[in-house]
Amino acid sequence: MAEPQITEPEAPSASTAGGSHRARRKNSRVVLKLLATALAMFGFGFALVPLYDVLCDITGLNGKTGGRYEYSAVDSRVNTERLVTVQFMAQNNAGMSWVFKPNVKEVRVHPGQLTEVSFYARNPSAGDMVAQAVPSVSPFQAADYLHKTECFCFTQQRLGAGVEVDMPLTFFIDQDIPEEITKLTLSYSLFDITANFKRADGSLGVGALSAN
Amino acid sequence: MSAGHDDHQHGPAKGLTRWLYTTNHKDIGTLYLWFSFAMFLLGGSFALVIRAELFQPGLQFVAPDFFNQMTTMHGLVMVFGAVMPAFVGLANWMIPMMIGAPDMALPRMNNWSFWILPFAFAMLSSTLLMEAGAPNFGWTFYAPLSTTYAPSTVTFFIFAVHLMGASSIMGSINIIATILNLRAPGMTLMKMPMFVWTWLITAYLLLAVMPVLAGVVTMMLFDVHFGTSFFNAAGGGDPVLFQHVFWFFGHPEVYIMILPAFGVVSEIVPTFSRKRLFGYDSMVYATSSIAFLSFIVWAHHMFTTGMPLAGELFFMYATMLIAVPTGVKVFNWVSTMFRGSLTFETPMLFAIAFVVLFTMGGFTGLMLAIAPADFQYHDTYFVVAHFHYVLVPGAVFSIMAAAYYWLPKWTGHMYDEALGKMHFWLSFVGINVLFFPQHFLGLAGMPRRIPDYALQFADFNMISSIGGFLFGISQLVFLFVVIKCVRGGRQATAQVWEGAKGLEWEIPSPAPYHTFTTPPAIK
Repeated sequence: MAEPQITEPEAPSASTAGGSHRARRKNSRVVLKLLATALAMFGFGFALVPLYDVLCDITGLNGKTGGRYEYSAVDSRVNTERLVTVQFMAQNNAGMSWVFKPNVKEVRVHPGQLTEVSFYARNPSAGDMVAQAVPSVSPFQAADYLHKTECFCFTQQRLGAGVEVDMPLTFFIDQDIPEEITKLTLSYSLFDITANFKRADGSLGVGALSAN
Repeated sequence: MSAGHDDHQHGPAKGLTRWLYTTNHKDIGTLYLWFSFAMFLLGGSFALVIRAELFQPGLQFVAPDFFNQMTTMHGLVMVFGAVMPAFVGLANWMIPMMIGAPDMALPRMNNWSFWILPFAFAMLSSTLLMEAGAPNFGWTFYAPLSTTYAPSTVTFFIFAVHLMGASSIMGSINIIATILNLRAPGMTLMKMPMFVWTWLITAYLLLAVMPVLAGVVTMMLFDVHFGTSFFNAAGGGDPVLFQHVFWFFGHPEVYIMILPAFGVVSEIVPTFSRKRLFGYDSMVYATSSIAFLSFIVWAHHMFTTGMPLAGELFFMYATMLIAVPTGVKVFNWVSTMFRGSLTFETPMLFAIAFVVLFTMGGFTGLMLAIAPADFQYHDTYFVVAHFHYVLVPGAVFSIMAAAYYWLPKWTGHMYDEALGKMHFWLSFVGINVLFFPQHFLGLAGMPRRIPDYALQFADFNMISSIGGFLFGISQLVFLFVVIKCVRGGRQATAQVWEGAKGLEWEIPSPAPYHTFTTPPAIK
């Protein structure tokens, strides 16, 4: 008779491939660690979302402007030595039917000088629509120095069929804006988000216009 | 125990249930390999639809939307269905035999990780028969194409990717546990065959990035169905974020598809050179460096998204750095062959073709790594030529080399050498006729993923399509060789190849159903 070194002649079946009890404990330790790694990496994938925003925020990459800026006495010092040109652009995202444009193409402002401009929008369609404007500043290095105290982009815009509106934007340029930036462009893309507010019966929800 | 019971090993069960319930690493390896070959033919037939349409300018056979479905499905099926499962199949078959283990560490999970794959791909392929059509947003499924503008079948795609991810994660856990826990006494890490080493590192890569892929498709699912705005600018999200998260998975993924290929070639080249592998230690370190670098180069896929200069430079230099450990590997393979007594059986032919053609793909990769040049090459056929050179004569050739190399061990029969060589030469010529002209098309400015093109691209596209059909049809020769070898042929010896060294060559051919039930002694 052969002299098998192992207790089970059938050799590895599912329950014994790991061998002894000790070997199985060793396996489960490794498996637990690896499963934890996989779970952690799944979490890391989601952590990339806030990390991305934080990184864009710190570096000013992406030309994203901040939210509503609280204007204070310190900001009211106006540097009349410098003039910065601010250009405005407006465009519709794919599939958006509104007429959307800035009422002035560009302004020349002193850093620290509070300025109000407006954008024109009209809903030419036959129904109520809701829109969201998404800003972007170019060059992106200027994004941190453009402060908006009031902007139509802070909320969603709801317009009935054929209704037109002038939408206000109040901003100032930070006194600390680097010398080499003499011109910047503030651009808005208008997105149709009506579908997000549609009720089952086709009407728009009442609570649709909460602030962004 | 009764005597008669001790003396013989239990063979496999009979019938279909053998394959459904099996926990045997050899059975599961076989399942993986056949499945990946089926997917290779399916993905290949999608590619032939693409090449037929591009044979001439103008729209001949398919509508543009279906063309987009074909490019998308071709990429997904080849990456997740053909290349990755083929390597997992090789790992299943070979790793236990190479390290002197009786089986994989977690045989039941092994069964499960294989059997969810057919369901994943059935689900993905079923979208072709649906009214909305298959996914049409490219295998990279950039948002918002894959969210806001996606066909309704995107949900099937998302769950299919979840299943593939679960399968890969379980597979890699199994492989790591096997390698760490089941090595025969005396088999230290630095004595392991290169194939085992490359798979250990690949398994860690899989474990690190497949969950991120699962995360990104989950975010898509939420954007599409639950009104979140991860990638929707109108709701405060950012489509560029998608690209970052995707390529954080996607770049290590390309090394997942090539590191095991390095392992295969590092087994075959020494055998047919009748020399030891040159620079074993440096191979291990080079593989680890490549794996590490793969995590910090992802944004070289995104040079044109508007990165700051510092970002472009960092990702450019980091990418170029990968050429160093890769160069070490190529140098080692060439040095292994140097002054060896070489013979050119089919596996060696595929392995040498791998070294030469993969290096060419690596060089075009270096060209693409140069950020300012990439602005010109981005999204052209040059990129298509580049990644097909590293994936087809790279990963796919290595899989074929591995199949020819180990077929005698698996089946106990020698394959038909003349037919094998014919398969090699048809593939070698086909592949170069297919992909080489695509470099020129790309440099001349032909964009990728288009069903129709300007007239000046006509000649090279026609040549490319002819190569495509030649390569595609010659794979039927491979199928024939494999079937013929399974059914019979000259009896293979245990060592099979004169220069072969390693534990797998010390057991008889075909490898018995159970091997190394008692650990072998390692000298």
